[in-house]
Amino acid sequence: MPQTLYDKLWASHVVHVEDDGTALLYIDRHLVHEVTSPQAFEGLRLAGRKPWRIDSIVATADHNTPTTDWNEGIKDPISRLQVETLDANIREYGAKAYFPFLDRRQGIVHVIGPEQGATLPGMTVVCGDSHTSTHGAFACLAHGIGTSEVEHVLATQCLVQKKMQNMLVAVEGPLARGVGAKDIALAVIGRIGTAGGTGCAVEFAGSSIRALSMEGRMTLCNMAIEAGARAGMVAVDDITIAYLKGRPFAPSGEAWNRAVAYWRTLTSDEGAHFDRVVRLDARDIAPQVTWGTSPEMVVPVGARVPDPDKEKDPTRREGMERALIYMGLKPNTRIEDIRLDKVFIGSCTNSRIEDLRAAAAVVRGKRVAANIRLALVVPGSGLVKAQAEQEGLDRVFKDSGFQWREPGCSMCLAMNADRLEPGERCASTSNRNFEGRQGAGGRTHLVSPEMAAGAAIAGHFVDVRNWR
Amino acid sequence: MEKFTVLNGIVAPLDRANVDTDAIIPKQFLKSIKRSGFGPNLFDAWRYQDVGEPGMDNSKRPLNPDFVLNQPRYKGASILLARKNFGCGSSREHAPWALTDYGFRAVIAPSFADIFYNNCFKNGLLPIVLTEMRIDQLFHEVNAFPGYKLTVDLPRQLVLTSDGATQVGFEVDAHRKHCLINGLDDIGLSLLHADEIRAFEARRRTEQPWLFG
Repeated sequence: MPQTLYDKLWASHVVHVEDDGTALLYIDRHLVHEVTSPQAFEGLRLAGRKPWRIDSIVATADHNTPTTDWNEGIKDPISRLQVETLDANIREYGAKAYFPFLDRRQGIVHVIGPEQGATLPGMTVVCGDSHTSTHGAFACLAHGIGTSEVEHVLATQCLVQKKMQNMLVAVEGPLARGVGAKDIALAVIGRIGTAGGTGCAVEFAGSSIRALSMEGRMTLCNMAIEAGARAGMVAVDDITIAYLKGRPFAPSGEAWNRAVAYWRTLTSDEGAHFDRVVRLDARDIAPQVTWGTSPEMVVPVGARVPDPDKEKDPTRREGMERALIYMGLKPNTRIEDIRLDKVFIGSCTNSRIEDLRAAAAVVRGKRVAANIRLALVVPGSGLVKAQAEQEGLDRVFKDSGFQWREPGCSMCLAMNADRLEPGERCASTSNRNFEGRQGAGGRTHLVSPEMAAGAAIAGHFVDVRNWR
Repeated sequence: MEKFTVLNGIVAPLDRANVDTDAIIPKQFLKSIKRSGFGPNLFDAWRYQDVGEPGMDNSKRPLNPDFVLNQPRYKGASILLARKNFGCGSSREHAPWALTDYGFRAVIAPSFADIFYNNCFKNGLLPIVLTEMRIDQLFHEVNAFPGYKLTVDLPRQLVLTSDGATQVGFEVDAHRKHCLINGLDDIGLSLLHADEIRAFEARRRTEQPWLFG
């Protein structure tokens, strides 16, 4: 019987199945960061258990780390304790690799995994972080888990799972200049809603997806969770293989050839059954901007803020009204008339080298608008930062009036000092526009790196397709 | 883990869809390295009028009188009635930790986000899915009758009204039900299969050696 990519990944990791379909699924790669691991290590310690397989663990500190003044360390004592707790846990138990605060390879866990070649096709990848779906770009079964499951994976190298449904999101056709993976992701979420993929593993396919770089595919799979799907994935092709070649933890020599031969099988078979199918035409996708407090509250940049009075469903209408009050927006306002206070380019969604290149191309030779109080670029990792500096992108941003920061999660979730003040409005390349996500009372509009860059220069949203 | 068999408790209605885990427990409280103590900061941004930070004396903070959990009639509630896609967003297990620390043992909604749903079972918190129509009816009843209580009977997989007039069945995985009723930690259960895990791993090491070392 023809199998989907997810069927293959699932079948190749089942260790044991119960009568009700509950399975023990083997985990190849366990990514660990400071926020969701301390209680798991503590649980392990209290039960007198040891990690099952240390060489599956790759760890870094990213959520709490500052993006300025690294020579001064982590000033917030509570954040510092959390990062030092990770240091101590890795020291005690070990890991295949640890990229601590201040290491030049440190960065956002979902940027450094692929960058190091620690994420390989055919793997199961888990992390106590919902954006673990990012790694599915490499034809992995990758998803976020809770802290109890972090402990479970540490102790047993397995997860207790039930198989999800198969969902196909097929996007065909060429993308317009100025439209990218982030816009596809937001357009999909706008179509199916934030619960549209609940219970599903989503495979992204079609000519538009095959044309994306690995960076773009990571952006897309990263946002699968915002459509409710724990796991997003893309089949292996030449672009996948070319990205992996020569990465530090990727196989080499004869093992590389063997691996590539296997990886080539990681695609959905012709005629494989998907429980749900969604099709989009890339030519219909314009740059997207969220206007509310859920990623599904999204419209094309040329549109207007929707009017709740036109919504028939009462729960939805109340949600829209509440969102508009929180966002300080009136119905029917043109998206391009929304003025901004801050701009954030970064996060596990959009902080890779390609994202920074795209944003830099928009701002080159221009100045950040006077009404923008802060325009931040936070590279996803130390290596992304070094690469960007080698290409002179840091100069481009700084000359335009952006701040060029140290790597980390930063203002995506504002656990460090980077945040919005109450009422501040931000164009952000991150993944969540929930109330308070970027700081209590902060107002987030999710956009692509190019759209964020354009908004920084204009001071309000602009359609980057025809704006220079 | 605390066992869950039959629960009889006051129901608190949270009438909004897509309640995300950032709303359930805001990020500043995730800096804790403990599993406990999150209850006072459950729904922090909605519950208080000021901005909460770790280390504050929450008993001295100004409460938002409009927020449902601050209304005296819902004091001591152990069942949360919610709308669709409850618990969407981040994987933070701090969300169920905050709900249980506050005193909730069950959440009833038309749908839940996957990771949150899963995390609940690890913490003795029972997520119950009922139809939108049934949920609408429960919202009406909770609003109409102060002190409204429900009984959740996990062994029989039933939600019952206090007068016994209404009984509604719900689905739950056999494995998860077994763990909840017996208060079992599933690491211990999984380790019963340690030999199978080792055998699987040995085979994998031969077939895909690049995954190891």
